[in-house]
Amino acid sequence: MNFVTDLFQSIGAWARGHTVDAFGSQWGPPVYDTGHAVVTIVLVLVPILLVVLYYQLVERWVIGWIQVRKGPNRVGYKGILQPIADAIKLLLKEQVVPSGASKALFLLAPVVAVAPALAAWSIVPFVPGWVISDVDAAVLLMLAMTSMGIYGVIIAGWASNSKYAFIGAMRATAQMVSYELAMGFALVGALMAGQSMNLTQIVARQDSAWGVVGWFWLPLFPLFLIHYISGLAETNRHPFDVAEGESEIVAGFHVEYSGMMFAVFFLAEYANMILISTVSSLVFMGGWLSPFAFGGLRDTIIGAPSIVWLLAKIGFLMFMFLWVRASFPRYRYDQIMRLGWKVFIPITLIWIVVTGVMMMEPVAHTLPFSIWFGK
Amino acid sequence: MAISFRDLAASLMLSELGKGLFLTGRHLFKRKITVLYPEEKTPKSARFRGLHALRRYPNGEERCIACKLCEAVCPALAITIESEQRDDGTRRTTRYDIDLVKCIYCGFCEESCPVDSIVETDLHEFHFESREETVYTKSMLLAIGDKYEASIAEARAKDAPFR
Repeated sequence: MNFVTDLFQSIGAWARGHTVDAFGSQWGPPVYDTGHAVVTIVLVLVPILLVVLYYQLVERWVIGWIQVRKGPNRVGYKGILQPIADAIKLLLKEQVVPSGASKALFLLAPVVAVAPALAAWSIVPFVPGWVISDVDAAVLLMLAMTSMGIYGVIIAGWASNSKYAFIGAMRATAQMVSYELAMGFALVGALMAGQSMNLTQIVARQDSAWGVVGWFWLPLFPLFLIHYISGLAETNRHPFDVAEGESEIVAGFHVEYSGMMFAVFFLAEYANMILISTVSSLVFMGGWLSPFAFGGLRDTIIGAPSIVWLLAKIGFLMFMFLWVRASFPRYRYDQIMRLGWKVFIPITLIWIVVTGVMMMEPVAHTLPFSIWFGK
Repeated sequence: MAISFRDLAASLMLSELGKGLFLTGRHLFKRKITVLYPEEKTPKSARFRGLHALRRYPNGEERCIACKLCEAVCPALAITIESEQRDDGTRRTTRYDIDLVKCIYCGFCEESCPVDSIVETDLHEFHFESREETVYTKSMLLAIGDKYEASIAEARAKDAPFR
């Protein structure tokens, strides 16, 4: 891992030297900084877009397998080119703007939906140092960005001038606002345990001689579950997909969208799913730390922190999204509201207090709490 | 609403959800039952009722004697028959049309036929590209019968013990 970092740093130094030569000492550094930012953003976003593309293929496979079907297997070897074919199909489709729609807002909505979903990736570290922007209030920025995504849904539902789209948008709004609270509270517990809002530092605090036991998912187990389930609700995924509810309101807020504009909503939804999985992995599952980092194993290859562990954890949580989708029926609307307000928020509030008690002085230094809070 | 502690604990531990996930998780590894249609096909019964055919006797004489039982029994009124006396004194059809859009593939024509002339073959992969093509005439039906006589006879022989 280190030699890759070194390689990038030497490329950076080389490029910096040349830009300063080309633009002079006054304009060289800002030009280099801009170029550096653009390159890092591309390095993060392009893999994410590819993962989104193939995530939906994997989704169709997994759901197919669970339903004892084979899933898509026609385009390319075993269906490997299916998402490319889908993307080309969507690109070539006509963009239909309904005659009663508010045209400017209608066109704006997909952008508003996708921009925060991608912008939130700016604070996600993949290994220490591999992050676009290593800010101290990273978790706050992430929460703010994911909250912005709801405006895309509201605008889409309203601007479509369609009752189904409007109903879908109303449902999605109510649901996302409710679950954002539970999700925020769940993260508050994690922030307390991590004693930082910087994701790199939260992960660093989960580093112990106890491997998988030392991560925060164990002392904060209810918060971990609530964060993940709220994530399902936040992204309007099953079993919280009343906003789409294809049996009642066709497709919800994006019912009037076609072609590439629909694809952009799709992209936003999937980028959010991957983001939730990533944040859960970082905050509760030790990020790039190895689950086998027990005592002496920490110096061996399976005990060393690595991006592979992070990717494996993200992959597992992403798989859970699909598994849950294939397993559970849709919640009724009032059940969703009850779960959010009467179950999740009280539990998170209680567990924040419990976390505080676990971190208090005499308790924090007795086993088992010293594993997580004794540093 | 009284909730027992046991129920509350079970619901907080998501035990029912765990059971559901376990069940679907097992199906993930089951053998898949999908049949990849054009390459793989499921077996067809000898009684399969597909595209119609008119059969001939081994000496080449057409079986149909224009009794019009099939026309009478057809619930969809898909069969139209006209007949006249042939030069050798036998009664034969001059027209035998089946409108395959009307046809419901019930198999009554086949059952009513006293001479096993009109039959439904196991062909189900056929299509039309215009309205005119949907009406199969006597010559077309005879041609199908000639082409698939072997498989038609085989299916009849297989099913004979149960008739």
